[in-house]
Amino acid sequence: MKRAAVHVVLWGYAAVALLPLLIMVWNSFRSDQELVAEPLGLPVSPSFDAYQEAWVEASFSTYFLNSVLVTTASVVLSTAVSLLAAYALARSRSRLMGVIEQVFVSGLMMPVFLMIVPIFYLLDRVGLASTRTGLILVYAAVSIPFSVFVLSTFLRQLPVELEDAARIDGAGPLRTFWSVLLPLVRPAVATVVVFRFVPIWNDFFYPLILVRDRAQYTLPVGLTTFFGEYQTSWSTLFAGLVIATLPLVLLFLVATRQIVAGLTAGMGR
Amino acid sequence: MSGRRTAALPTPVALLFLLPAAALFGIFVLYPMATALTYSLFSWRGTAQEAFVGLDNFVALFTTEPYRSQLPRAFAHNALLFAGAMVVQNSVGLLLAYVLHRRERVRRLFQVLYTMPYLVSPLVVGYLWSLLLSPLFGPVNAALRALGLGSVAQPWLGDPDTALWVVVLVTAWQWVGFPLLIYGAALGSLDPTMEEAAMLDGATSRQRFWHVTLPMLLPVIGTVSVLTFIFSMEAFPIPYALGGSNGSPAGATDVMSLLFYRTAFNSGASNAIGISSAVAIVLFVVIVGVSVLFTRWFRKVERGLT
Repeated sequence: MKRAAVHVVLWGYAAVALLPLLIMVWNSFRSDQELVAEPLGLPVSPSFDAYQEAWVEASFSTYFLNSVLVTTASVVLSTAVSLLAAYALARSRSRLMGVIEQVFVSGLMMPVFLMIVPIFYLLDRVGLASTRTGLILVYAAVSIPFSVFVLSTFLRQLPVELEDAARIDGAGPLRTFWSVLLPLVRPAVATVVVFRFVPIWNDFFYPLILVRDRAQYTLPVGLTTFFGEYQTSWSTLFAGLVIATLPLVLLFLVATRQIVAGLTAGMGR
Repeated sequence: MSGRRTAALPTPVALLFLLPAAALFGIFVLYPMATALTYSLFSWRGTAQEAFVGLDNFVALFTTEPYRSQLPRAFAHNALLFAGAMVVQNSVGLLLAYVLHRRERVRRLFQVLYTMPYLVSPLVVGYLWSLLLSPLFGPVNAALRALGLGSVAQPWLGDPDTALWVVVLVTAWQWVGFPLLIYGAALGSLDPTMEEAAMLDGATSRQRFWHVTLPMLLPVIGTVSVLTFIFSMEAFPIPYALGGSNGSPAGATDVMSLLFYRTAFNSGASNAIGISSAVAIVLFVVIVGVSVLFTRWFRKVERGLT
């Protein structure tokens, strides 16, 4: 292809992919009057009123904190338990472990719609219905297949000599795991953390069904009530969408490499 | 080999390390999955399980209204979501990945730009497009008018004829970043000597793409197609944001997940759990069945080619 044609194609699709997102950002700085009068206008006198309104009046501060808490806690919990499990699976030669690994990995095809009603009853029975703790436990559990898969694959590629040396020096399994393996698996942990953070932050299905109390809402469920209540306050709606997206953009900018690695994990074949 | 032997964990220690993950996974994934399978075989009164009814819930799903007419319609819409995503990812997505593959200097930049929509929450994407397409202040209609295409401008989400296509296109717009990245990674891992050999033999760039690169990409295209299928069948946030839980207007944007959600939580029918579990199982069987059959068929095609 000719150079110019290539540039048209590349930048053309860049516009298709990004313009909607850019419009979302700059419309959040314009008033409703400006939006109606000039749908294609730019923010000439940018105002933060919409953010003020969304953050304070529309309880985005609550939703945001809930999302941060739920996402962080579930990612930390699932990564911690998955690391221990992956270590056991990668370093044990018992046949039983192979079976257990199969069970974990089969969870990659988890039927979420099938599971949601029983999960709802389960949480209800143990007093965790409509709580952030319940949501954290569920997210941590559904993250285990992916995390165990990535971490155990990585651990298997590490040489065992270091662990042998630690053992000969008298370190127990836990000590070996903590001071020898943990520093080595950091890249895989980064991939797992980033790559579970995004879907949990974005998830809307679990909290829509499991959480009924508005004070416990995460951002995505908060957005649905917000779009019902602020229907005509358009710039506030744009601001709400930006607030829900901002952390991901930041994450993406600092962790592009991990995201690409996670997306393409196991696809090389 | 002896090194590997000495590093092995004793089984009791390994089990201890496994315990936290196994407990969490067992309680919140395996147990619900196992009970869910039985839910569809019982009749329910609200939240109380009543009698074992065998396959009655499935029979009811296929023979009584509103499920009888809504199930095939929702399924057809999911199939259209899949078709739309496949067309976009294997034309635009593949083309862009191929063009970027040969331009190392700008590859990373454009990959980041193209993947942005994929990383934004699908719910945000759905709501964003509902605003962009608004008949009152929507930039899309305004842009059409500015280009002299005012006659094309319309309430895109209000009309049953256009609303479904909006859902299909918005879904494909967001999803294509994923296949694009995967295709890019796959192209990067291909053996470049094949293409060089074809070039020395005088093959044009078009011939090289169709006869050298594309066949080598087929396995990856197959894998991505399965993932696209699973994703299309489970699509939920975008249709929910664009058409609400009823798939408005007039059910034009209804999909399987919405049908499940309505039946389970919004229908008020006394046997809601029995029927909705049957919906979930039908969906799961379709997803697993088609994925397995497709993968098998694709392996055969691949082998035929090599």
